Amino acid sequence: MKVTEKDVKYIAQLSRLAVAESEMQKFTEQFNQILNYADILQKINTEGVEPTAHVLPINNVLRADEALPGVTNAEALKNAPAVHNGGFKVPRVIE
Amino acid sequence: MELYKGTVHELHQQLVSKKISAVELTNAMYDRIGAVDDQVKAYLTLDKQGALAQAAKVDAKIAAGEAIKPLAGIPGAIKDNICIKGLKTTCSSKILANYEAIYDAHVIENLKADETIFLGKTNMDEFAMGSTTETSYFQTTHNPWDLSKVPGGSSGGSAAAIAAGEAIWSLGSDTGGSIRQPASFNGIVGIKPTYGRVSRYGCVAFASSLDQIGPITRDVTDAAIVLNTICGLDKHDSTSLPVDVPDFTKALRQDVKGLRIGLPKEFYGAGLDPKVDAELKKAVEIYRQMGAEIVDISLPSTEYAVITYYIIAPAEASANLARYDGVRYGYRASNATSAPEMTTRSRTEGFGPEVRRRIMLGTYVLSSGYYDAYYKKAMQVRTLIRREYDEAFKKCDVLLTPTSPVPAYKIDSQMDPLAIYLLDVCTIPVNLAGLPGISVPCGFADGMPVGMQLIGKPLDEETVLRAAYTFEQATNFHTQLAPIGGKK
Repeated sequence: MKVTEKDVKYIAQLSRLAVAESEMQKFTEQFNQILNYADILQKINTEGVEPTAHVLPINNVLRADEALPGVTNAEALKNAPAVHNGGFKVPRVIE
Repeated sequence: MELYKGTVHELHQQLVSKKISAVELTNAMYDRIGAVDDQVKAYLTLDKQGALAQAAKVDAKIAAGEAIKPLAGIPGAIKDNICIKGLKTTCSSKILANYEAIYDAHVIENLKADETIFLGKTNMDEFAMGSTTETSYFQTTHNPWDLSKVPGGSSGGSAAAIAAGEAIWSLGSDTGGSIRQPASFNGIVGIKPTYGRVSRYGCVAFASSLDQIGPITRDVTDAAIVLNTICGLDKHDSTSLPVDVPDFTKALRQDVKGLRIGLPKEFYGAGLDPKVDAELKKAVEIYRQMGAEIVDISLPSTEYAVITYYIIAPAEASANLARYDGVRYGYRASNATSAPEMTTRSRTEGFGPEVRRRIMLGTYVLSSGYYDAYYKKAMQVRTLIRREYDEAFKKCDVLLTPTSPVPAYKIDSQMDPLAIYLLDVCTIPVNLAGLPGISVPCGFADGMPVGMQLIGKPLDEETVLRAAYTFEQATNFHTQLAPIGGKK
């Protein structure tokens, strides 16, 4: 077993997700199945091989710093679950 | 012939010669949708009012004797992860069930400039994570060739809509095969352009180094027409390429004499359905008879592609989907007593199991202590895979492979996630290497369509389209329509 139920709980917490007790065993099994399969990568020699984060040979695309019309307050708030005084409203953040 | 069976290029001729009107055509499409979509379930949202208003504008233009673009007045369908201002963009997820786009995707801006018509938004796997369209929160789309089977995915709604005559052309998105595999399952054409050809601005991000928008159509000519409109540099997407866009329809010549077609042996090994293999062998023979040179190729790292993808794509997804926090848009769980609790509960209740599994897998491979062993290793193997394609293209001009090792299978097959992932083996390497790939129909296995994939060099969509077009014109698979039969 590469990951235990305890590990899965920790990863869930990092992901801001919760795993229900009823799903825990199945999730852990599926996780291990995928990670065990990933072991085939370990037999490849990748010493000195540059990682590919992006296939394109372009970096640092710059443009002139011009002020352009953006999203209005009303548009930005259009899909908000809760709004207060022209801003996004959330439950208490700090105790 | 019924209008809904037409192609973009045929219907354009009928519009400009005033044999039909765009309003008539658009109404015919909604009639067809009304007649079959309760069985196929391709659409999530319809915009009949908007579509008919646009159609009337095109008709006025034609009546005034003005020239129109090839896509003007031709009704299409858009995958529900591509934003059209004022319409819902749900990604088939509960978390975005009520999200209304506040801007147009770059491809939509281009299509609007050409005065095309959007019939509605199509069903997909949730956040494009899946190969069957079954992970949609809203509904399962059915394959029009056999309603008991999956349409493929993740662009299953966009593909089924074309096969069922519910749209003339459509857009999908392809991260690991999500345009090409459903195109093959539905007996139609789907092309994933070179990474960077099409702006991703306004396409909800899944795995940003792999995602690419592309057309799904009835034939290769229509694919070239849609590509002409959607390709090109966009200042909103720093990964969109500053290169000229050719007129792709000029590449549509019936000529493969001397074209070197590579057959990578790793794509024809264990796991390939013998009936699919037999159809591909016939296709290779057709190319040979037309004067193409068939070259044996080896891409030894193919066996590592699937797991490389299932490390990289979830890693990118875990970062991209961090934005769904219940604050600015999307689903918010009720009665939370703190902001962190609200976010965790909103995400847990808002995302389906496949999306949660991938976010967690991605979080794991990026986490301290595992980054080097999984994520960095996968990025290095990605380099090796790319290099093998570079080498292969010194020996051939295009590669010919199956699009999927199997034809469409039953809905609710209850496969393990890993078993489903492994079926993406033919399409995934193309995304990892950033190459253009097309699926064209090349036969049938037990009555279900079989697709052939042609893979090209970076930015060489033209050779891919020419090879696809030449095959299409020599065969009649693309003219066969799905019966919308079988039992649901």
